[in-house]
Amino acid sequence: MTRNFENEPMVEVYIFETIQNLEQLEQVIICSEKNGGFTPDDVSEIFRFMHTIKGSSAMMLFDNIEKVAHAMEDVFYYIREQKPSGLDFSAVSDLVLSCVDFIKAEIEKITNRYDADGDPAFLIESLKVFLDELRQIFGEEDSQNRSQQKKQQYYIPQEKKTEPTAASPNQDSDGKAAGSCYQVIIQYEDDCTMENIRAYTLVFGLAELAEEVYYLPADIAENPDTAAYIRENGFEIYFRTELGYEEIKSHFENIIYVEQLLFREIEDERLDLFRQPQEPTAPPESFVLPEPELAKPISPTNLSAASEELPKSSGGATQKMISVNVDKLDNMMNLVGELMITESMVTQCPEVEIIQSENFHKAAIELHKITVELQDMVMSIRMVPLSTTFVKMNRIVRDMCKKLSREVVLDLFGEETEVDKNIIEHISDPLMHIIRNAIDHGIESEQERLAKGKEKAGRIILEAKNVGSDVLIVIKDDGRGLDKERILQKARENDLLTKPEAEMSDREIFKLILLPGFSTKESITEFSGRGVGMDVVTKNLEEVGGTVLVDSEIDRGTTITLKIPLTLAIVEGMNIRVGKSRYTIPITTISESFRPNQKDCMMDPDNNEMVMVRGQCFPILRLHKHYQIKNAETDLTKGILIMVEQDEKVICVFADELLGQQQVVVKALPNYVNTMKKVLGLAGCTLLPDGSISLIMDISGLTGLRVQ
Amino acid sequence: MIKEATEEFDQDDDQQGMYLTFELANEYYGIWIGYVTEIIGILPFTEVPELPAYVRGIFNLRGRIIPLMDMRLRFQKEFVPYDERSCVIVIDVGKNTVGLIVDSVSEVISFEAADIIEQPMLSSGISNQFIKSIGKVGNEVKQLLDCDKLLSNQEVEILINQKDERYKDEMVL
Repeated sequence: MTRNFENEPMVEVYIFETIQNLEQLEQVIICSEKNGGFTPDDVSEIFRFMHTIKGSSAMMLFDNIEKVAHAMEDVFYYIREQKPSGLDFSAVSDLVLSCVDFIKAEIEKITNRYDADGDPAFLIESLKVFLDELRQIFGEEDSQNRSQQKKQQYYIPQEKKTEPTAASPNQDSDGKAAGSCYQVIIQYEDDCTMENIRAYTLVFGLAELAEEVYYLPADIAENPDTAAYIRENGFEIYFRTELGYEEIKSHFENIIYVEQLLFREIEDERLDLFRQPQEPTAPPESFVLPEPELAKPISPTNLSAASEELPKSSGGATQKMISVNVDKLDNMMNLVGELMITESMVTQCPEVEIIQSENFHKAAIELHKITVELQDMVMSIRMVPLSTTFVKMNRIVRDMCKKLSREVVLDLFGEETEVDKNIIEHISDPLMHIIRNAIDHGIESEQERLAKGKEKAGRIILEAKNVGSDVLIVIKDDGRGLDKERILQKARENDLLTKPEAEMSDREIFKLILLPGFSTKESITEFSGRGVGMDVVTKNLEEVGGTVLVDSEIDRGTTITLKIPLTLAIVEGMNIRVGKSRYTIPITTISESFRPNQKDCMMDPDNNEMVMVRGQCFPILRLHKHYQIKNAETDLTKGILIMVEQDEKVICVFADELLGQQQVVVKALPNYVNTMKKVLGLAGCTLLPDGSISLIMDISGLTGLRVQ
Repeated sequence: MIKEATEEFDQDDDQQGMYLTFELANEYYGIWIGYVTEIIGILPFTEVPELPAYVRGIFNLRGRIIPLMDMRLRFQKEFVPYDERSCVIVIDVGKNTVGLIVDSVSEVISFEAADIIEQPMLSSGISNQFIKSIGKVGNEVKQLLDCDKLLSNQEVEILINQKDERYKDEMVL
């Protein structure tokens, strides 16, 4: 299906809504699974989600998603109406979740501007089979429905995209319509097996080419026994199409495993035979709900109305939220940042400060208060609670437990903790890897746990809390813990050690597991063991300026702590002066600052300067030399050395003096400068309260210049 | 860019032939008024290391951070210290906002279409490529700048870098 990108905003909204619906749906499923069954509320909620997805997908012409959602909806309609007792919940959940996964994958394709071309036939198949099973176990709704079910199967949904307007005149009561009618009888090769499925895919493909399609046997999709029937009697298709004889014929001739193909044009009247039974019940468009007693008959005209109403009914809470484009928020934050600076420029202006008016000073204080509040507010708008990211982990735990047949309980604490939007995007993957690792490597098997006197079910605690201007995310399991010896051994094998073993602290040893290519697991499983994954954790966290700490105790479990800054937009920085220029160093990277003695400074044969601090040698980077800054202090003993550390690389930056510590709003360098040259060691710039500009240093860029 | 400019022409026909002229080492240049957002005196600016010498640094214009380009250096002319007549012309070209340091700003001149000679054939030289056309006013000529080229970095950087060394020592403010 080719998509029209003129609908871009609509597609965007569709993707956004559908993803939200899917996430909520997932949560409902997982919650109800925990509670051991669906409450009637859950069922209707799931039904509603599926219905909304179906409606909007149909509207956007994503047929495959629509069909899956539709089949899902059928199942839940049945559950809702019949309230079968003793339902196999985990089977239902598995089904729903696999549908959710399918739709997610399709949405992903749509987001990346590919066609949503996944084939849902298998899912729909299994849903139908499941529904039929349900019907057999729990009995039919009533005879009328049953007969309708039968009739409906003659009907292949009219593809909406094949000119929905042209469809109605084609379907007028006398049955005369444009296009010619054909009869095709197909005999499959003897040993091709699964004739019914092949026939089904054939019909499915045909639906795109033809306006009306009928086929015998009718219940190929539901009934595996039809395979035998087709083997004996062939598969008959009757359809009407506007395409020419040759075109259609060649379509059929391309089908594989066909032994015999009978293809002929027929009178239009012959199709009436099939038209009759379905006409009273099935509306001419694709939304066929088998139950006429459904409170709100879904026809295309009121479909949009229905899907609009549905979210409203899901609770008043959603109405209080609006979604805003992040760009607008970024702009707003820039503006507020500028406002703050302008405010201080006005009120701290020397000419203004001599004004002897009490009213003026009161007003100035008021202005200051309001701008600060405004800034806090804007910052808080960008803050998103971690809960969505946290609850996603439920699904991972569930899936893994099923696969590995382990019992693991995931406890979430502090999921209301808020973090900047940009940062959230970076921690979802690391969390997933850590939790996977914890379940796969950390938590022991049931027997092992019982033997150790632990509870049968493993426990993983996922906790978030605010500590100063950082957020700590702690992932704690009660598994077997990390084996130092094995880690060291593995590190030796893979030549990953950078330090003598004896000098390494426990934490440093544990940190080895975060290196790329490191895995202590003997065998590679579906989930982990390839040695990729944990390095994603370090990489992603570095991007947001966070750090990882690993603690572990044998048989007590492992604790991984992620320390991330609250926001990327504001950093706590140390302002320094070099000549006339001012620079800002992120305070998190600074370990200490000191004025060296002449005797501690030395020069190696390559003219690289070093300084000795407590018996250790560190390289010196003279900023004035590196950036060719005029009129700067050149005597090491008169300026100041700032020891900075990033990625375990330490370097001493030489500057004229420290100006003081301050929270600064990070701004990008102007576009013109950025496109001209990427200046190594500069992360951006910021405005100081006096209106001048300070350049923010990128320490990882700097340490790269003179690696220890 | 051309499209954008044409759109602006349509919106504001008055601006079409209007150029802001400025002086640079006794020569007169014109810049299409649609690009110009404002003219200010020289503000304190912050040097950014490792950039070509003609980018003097960045400055703060009411909270916006804007790069500052010295037009004399850009055109390979001799650097002179800034005085009270020196001006910064802030231009908006596409995504870029840049301040241009010029000796002084003269006036806004409205050229008739007939007075603008497109693409003069001059001898090859670095400043030549920045000139889109030449405008005639009486006996005088003004060189009209091509702002896109002015902000593009695709010219021979090596050439600039060689000159850099020469100017580095001379530039003391």
